[in-house]
Amino acid sequence: MSADTLLPQGWELVVGLEVHVELQTNTKMWCGCSTEFGDEPNTNVCEVCTGQPGSLPVVNAQAIEDAILLGLALNGGVAEVCRFHRKNYFYPDLAKNYQISQYDVPLIHDGHLDVDVVVSDDAGEESIDRRRVRIERLHMEEDTGKSLHVGDTGRLHGADRSLIDYNRCGIPLLEIVSRPDIHDPETAQAYLRELQAIVQALGVSDARMEEGSIRCDANVSVREVGDELGTRTEIKNLNSVRSLGRAIRYEAQRQVAVIEDGGTIRMETRHWDESAGRTETLRVKESVTDYRYFPDPDLVEITSPADRVEAARARLPELPAAARSRLAQAGVVREQAAAIVGAGTLGWYDDAVRAGGDPQLVANWLAGDLVGQLAAAEVTLEESGVTGAHLAELVGLVADGTLSTKLARQVLDGLIEERGAKTPAEVAKDRGLEQVSDEGELRTIVERVIAANADTVEDIRGGNAKAIGALVGQVMKETRGQADPRKTNELLRELIG
Amino acid sequence: MALSEDEVRHVARLARLSLTDDEVAALAPQLSEILGYAEQVGQVAAAEVAPTTHPFAPTDVARADERRPSLARDEILAGAPHVEQDRFAVPRIVAEEG
Repeated sequence: MSADTLLPQGWELVVGLEVHVELQTNTKMWCGCSTEFGDEPNTNVCEVCTGQPGSLPVVNAQAIEDAILLGLALNGGVAEVCRFHRKNYFYPDLAKNYQISQYDVPLIHDGHLDVDVVVSDDAGEESIDRRRVRIERLHMEEDTGKSLHVGDTGRLHGADRSLIDYNRCGIPLLEIVSRPDIHDPETAQAYLRELQAIVQALGVSDARMEEGSIRCDANVSVREVGDELGTRTEIKNLNSVRSLGRAIRYEAQRQVAVIEDGGTIRMETRHWDESAGRTETLRVKESVTDYRYFPDPDLVEITSPADRVEAARARLPELPAAARSRLAQAGVVREQAAAIVGAGTLGWYDDAVRAGGDPQLVANWLAGDLVGQLAAAEVTLEESGVTGAHLAELVGLVADGTLSTKLARQVLDGLIEERGAKTPAEVAKDRGLEQVSDEGELRTIVERVIAANADTVEDIRGGNAKAIGALVGQVMKETRGQADPRKTNELLRELIG
Repeated sequence: MALSEDEVRHVARLARLSLTDDEVAALAPQLSEILGYAEQVGQVAAAEVAPTTHPFAPTDVARADERRPSLARDEILAGAPHVEQDRFAVPRIVAEEG
């Protein structure tokens, strides 16, 4: 759906996103507790992350380094000096009754992210529109514990009690706040996906939405074109890129309906209900002053001198956007380039191309059949043992006619089974998967088929050229699909005359 | 600066303190006095002196990203009002924060 059909004529949607990224450090932000996902509840907990009297938080240097790296990837400036504040509120997922966060001086300020959105014109022609979303700030804070709501319904509303696991409490968390530069759901989705790809490329987080290591809240408002910004609502519980798009669409239309009915929008936090497909009031927002931010006296200032920032910049790897355009320049189609970069299989692509593989042919496998074959074998590409060199060899074998695409798929299955212990040529040989393109062998088979199908041969000689397909089929049957179709055709035509 | 009784009630609510009307009446002037005391800093603060958040000035106290043993679960759960499924059990939550 395009922005034009989302809202009635004359209305404009305005969205800003707050994305939280859990860093993949070994330890928490302020203490040496493990950050391992899925450990037994309350086993990675100590005096510091539960705020016991007399405990002292100490900054995790790695977390700061990772945050600066991400900030630079998002074209942000690094604060020469920044500090931590306490954000005070009572909620049981934080045992301290405050969250250590940043307030007046965030670690990173004023960045931006360019995202590509596929748009189609009136004729249905698709093109790419590049849009810039400015980033106001990126600040460091700590994650909260995980609540399990139990009771009659098991849902947030109507739960009898909440059970808290503090393992997640204190894990380094980055909050990335965009400016309200987004005007349609597709751009919001593209922004979140691109952010996820960058975070993964940097290796600072696995950024898995389903595990909550990347989370997104959307600030949504509507206005009549040309007006001041309208009152916004904050939408929470967006658990997928799809939810983000659906929730923005729903909320925008709800707000327009309320205003057109003569109502007003309240500044509030709303909860996205994925199954019902709607947002519901969660709470009216507390004002910022109610959080009573003040500098945390337990922590000292963090400085980032220019030389250290430049050293970090030099460590930036190739970012997804650059990788995608590099692949496109090598002739890889756009969707496949995006799939390869998004799936983190760029390393295999590069190795394969370096080993002489044709870029587009390698991409066909990496973004195509191989994905399904790995899924069927229930292994990751890494675990499969399939290397870039294997892929280069495989596409070579198809190109020179040794393997048909169908046989190549079987060779790949074999490679996965052997965990890459053999080369594609060896697998093909061992399993007898090579195409029969040996002239002599194939000629014998073709002669036999011609002799056994005199009627069809007469038919062809009588002018029914299409009937040759039946004979090709017979040859394929005789060779269990391993005959080279092109050569078979040539031989049939030659021998039938 | 004088704090109104409403402001005292508001701050008390944020701190989850329940105060009687008498207590509010007694605390308003006391808190105002404390604020006034702190305000004296403003009278001596000079424009050329940057605000400080610390009485001492080290920066960049940080630690390496190395794991240290956590507490035993029994020990940490000993501080819980109620325990259920190895978690801290608390009354139901009416609104989400964060």
